[in-house]
Amino acid sequence: METTAQTSSRPARRQRRFRPVLPLLSVLLLLAGCSGESPSALNPQGAGAARVNGLWWLLFWISVAVFAEVMALLAWALVFRRGGARVRHGQPVRFVTVAGAGLPFIILVAVYGVGLRDLAALGAGPGRDALTVEVIGHQWWWEVRYAGRSGATANEIHIPVGERVKVRLRTNDVLHSFWVPQLMPKTDLISGETRETWLEARQAGSYRGQCAEYCGTQHAHMAFLVVAQPRADFDAFLDRLDAPARAPQTDAERRGQQTFVQGTCAACHSIRGTGAQGRVGPDLSNVGSRWSIGAGAVPNDAGHLGGWIANSQTVKPGNAMPPQPVDAARLPDLIAYLRSLE
Amino acid sequence: MSTTTSTPPGIGRDDLARLAEHWDEPRSLRAWFTTVDHKKIGRRYLVTAAFFFVLAGLSALVMRTQLARPESGVLSPQEYNQLFTMHGTAMIFLFATPMLFGFGNFLVPLMIGSRDMAFPRLNAFGYWVFLFAGLFMWASLPFGAAPNNGWFAYAPLNQDQHNPGLHMDVYALGLLFLGISTTSGAINFIVTALKLRAPGMSLNRVPLFVWAIVATAFMVVFALPALNTDNALLFLDRRFDTHFFDPGGGGNVLLWQHLFWIFGHPDVYIIVMPGLGIVSAVLPAFTRRGVVGYPLIVLAIVAISIVSFGVWVHHMFATGLPQLSYSFFSAASTIITIPSGIQIFAWLATMMLGRLVLRTPLLFVIGFIVTFVLGGFTGAMFALTAFDQQVTDSYFVVAHFHYVLLGGALFPILAGIYFWLPKITGRMYHEGLGRWAFWLVFTGMHVTFFPMHLYGLFGMPRRVYTYRSDLGWDVGNLISSIGSYVLALGLLLVLIGVVHAIRRGRPAGPDPWAGDSLEWSAASPPEAYNFPVIPRVHSLHPTWDERTAESTTTGATKDRILSEGKRTLFTSELDARPERAAQMPEPSFKPLVLAGVLLVFFTALLLGAYPVAVAAVLAVAATIAAWLWPPRRPDEEIGIAS
Repeated sequence: METTAQTSSRPARRQRRFRPVLPLLSVLLLLAGCSGESPSALNPQGAGAARVNGLWWLLFWISVAVFAEVMALLAWALVFRRGGARVRHGQPVRFVTVAGAGLPFIILVAVYGVGLRDLAALGAGPGRDALTVEVIGHQWWWEVRYAGRSGATANEIHIPVGERVKVRLRTNDVLHSFWVPQLMPKTDLISGETRETWLEARQAGSYRGQCAEYCGTQHAHMAFLVVAQPRADFDAFLDRLDAPARAPQTDAERRGQQTFVQGTCAACHSIRGTGAQGRVGPDLSNVGSRWSIGAGAVPNDAGHLGGWIANSQTVKPGNAMPPQPVDAARLPDLIAYLRSLE
Repeated sequence: MSTTTSTPPGIGRDDLARLAEHWDEPRSLRAWFTTVDHKKIGRRYLVTAAFFFVLAGLSALVMRTQLARPESGVLSPQEYNQLFTMHGTAMIFLFATPMLFGFGNFLVPLMIGSRDMAFPRLNAFGYWVFLFAGLFMWASLPFGAAPNNGWFAYAPLNQDQHNPGLHMDVYALGLLFLGISTTSGAINFIVTALKLRAPGMSLNRVPLFVWAIVATAFMVVFALPALNTDNALLFLDRRFDTHFFDPGGGGNVLLWQHLFWIFGHPDVYIIVMPGLGIVSAVLPAFTRRGVVGYPLIVLAIVAISIVSFGVWVHHMFATGLPQLSYSFFSAASTIITIPSGIQIFAWLATMMLGRLVLRTPLLFVIGFIVTFVLGGFTGAMFALTAFDQQVTDSYFVVAHFHYVLLGGALFPILAGIYFWLPKITGRMYHEGLGRWAFWLVFTGMHVTFFPMHLYGLFGMPRRVYTYRSDLGWDVGNLISSIGSYVLALGLLLVLIGVVHAIRRGRPAGPDPWAGDSLEWSAASPPEAYNFPVIPRVHSLHPTWDERTAESTTTGATKDRILSEGKRTLFTSELDARPERAAQMPEPSFKPLVLAGVLLVFFTALLLGAYPVAVAAVLAVAATIAAWLWPPRRPDEEIGIAS
């Protein structure tokens, strides 16, 4: 629960859809220890993933039926064609052609038609003037910007509930892949090119996404969260993106800000409204409110934040941030300041 | 070792002596390095590929140990990334294809009634290159310099600025080096199967296994150039600042993917097709009848080998190419399942009409059907772009291709090992050990890979060295890891079974299974010349056929004994009408020397010692010139005068 700090209560599971398969599904879920936090494609919460979920169950039941047929034929042979069975030398070409080519052809053509319909549905993005989020992949984190807004955030994509939001994908370095199993299938981020996809969440909540294209040492720690909010909350979030970051309120926070801006931090990170304007690492203007540190590597709390600043290489080996020579006496102030940035 | 000590009728004792004199190689160190005997080379392929399989399998076990628990620290991310890359690369390039080439090398000449491959020295050369390229790639692992970018090595992560060090140079050069072996092997199979078939073995009497090997060889010849181009461009990008895959310099990262998958998808069938061929070869002996629908299966094999070149974009369904292109490749990928369906139902029909002899090879064939069919279902699912976009690059796809590849290649290979071990070694394996091995491998395989479908659907991406514990992936991963140990135990039993058979097995005799194809009419293990009399083939099942048997005994004729030299028979491509006797080459050091010089060349390129590389190129040219220099032989001997 710590990592996916839910911003709103989880929607009730839509078990109604799964009724015909409940017994089987419950076994499967039990087997995988599936809890409410699993970013499962079988628990879709958006239009894109719901499409594919329907397709999956169609394919699943066809597979079950054909597998039962093959196993029945195999079992029949194993039971009746052993011991003293007399070898028959016929060439049942018609059986092979019908069962192996004819029937599969009919099934496949039908399934292909359904698949084509779903492909078209996934391709039907939002209109021209839809809200556009720009997501830029970095090794190994996600930069998130909104069209027309100056500020940026990282590893957290806020969207309004029930609206189809355009997502424009670019990468700063190698290939990545944008995947939110409960909302939308993958779209790759291609070096030197721009790709588009969209997100639409039916209900308020947080949906985990993760990079799905191998992108180097820390591919395992390149997760993000899609936070679907009521429109008013979302608008408030957008407005904060244009405003300076929260100013320090206490002495400790003020000392922390000084350390940040005058020390090595500002060389790579920026905080709006301060002298810190580095562009290498994530913008930290609202870091205190984020769900995790290091794109899903560890929970965002004071202890982990301190450990990350001192030596993030022990937490996420290979990431771009070198160990920081921050004076042990100043570290608590720095942590207090960063935690205050909401 | 031979079990046929008495002189068969129809061939004289002096003929046998002359054949032995021309074909037998002495047991010496020199002979070990110079041999051109397809059976020895085939055995070496099998043993070497099995060795690389053990290395790649152990890599997988270490990875499964790391993934058994969330956030475990058995491996560093750098180590994990090298291991999963070497696991995939070695399983595909250094195990599956060479193992099946090993079966092909040993069996194709025996199945078509020839005395060797068409180009025995090229064959020896192919083996040495395979061995050296495999060692070249694995040797990088202890230095921490093994390839680390996945077996498909996407750009631009494979570029110098994103991936410094030798890792991807080892990958590019190793695969280029290995490609020489695979290509020469493929050409050899094609020519052998077209020109060296026993008289009477017209195309409609060629064993299905040989059809599968030849179709595979054609796919190799057409697919591999794309991979070689890809790797050559990659090496140029990394070392000589070209920008083929660097968008900053006007290059295109998707070019890598297109070239890779134009090779890579046919490669799936390059791996599976010989496996399907083994199934077709094993079934007649254990159902006591020929496989149903021979023409249909041949048609299916040919169809797959062609259509497989038109489906590569389904590996790129998430890259954002135009939907029209996706709908075309989606259709092609859907249709390609049909030839496999035909084969499955042909085998089922064969089993439903025959009488089953439930020995270990048949158990593995049944395991193959169950597993491969399940992998086929998920394969058809991946043909649908929308579904593919949801589960590609998740553990669902890992489950899918392990079902296809373990089902379609490993199970048939294991069936083939138990089936042909008596032919290769002359000894029978222990049936009880074989059954235990089957049940452990079968159980281990499904316990390992079935849960991957689930945690893939639950959102777990592939190629992650660790995962958090709160995502619902823990239990499935633990089950997979337990399964992988069971699978490994089963494979260990296979190895023990083989060693036990070689040491303690009872003599097998030439035909322990009452098999149908020609290898069962040779001795076990076969004489150096395979057949004292090259048979005249009268049917699709020559060893079950009286007239073919008679052609090597009372019906033996001089033109099929050919004991005056190291000779075999050339026949016509379609109808296998005898054309002329061909003189086969003597053992030679040149294949080994050429492979060795190539090893120097690739190592020099890897280490940046370019003057040494240039010198090696000159040495390669000199060795090839010496190899091809026409020998002084009378015209009659080389077949010019008739």
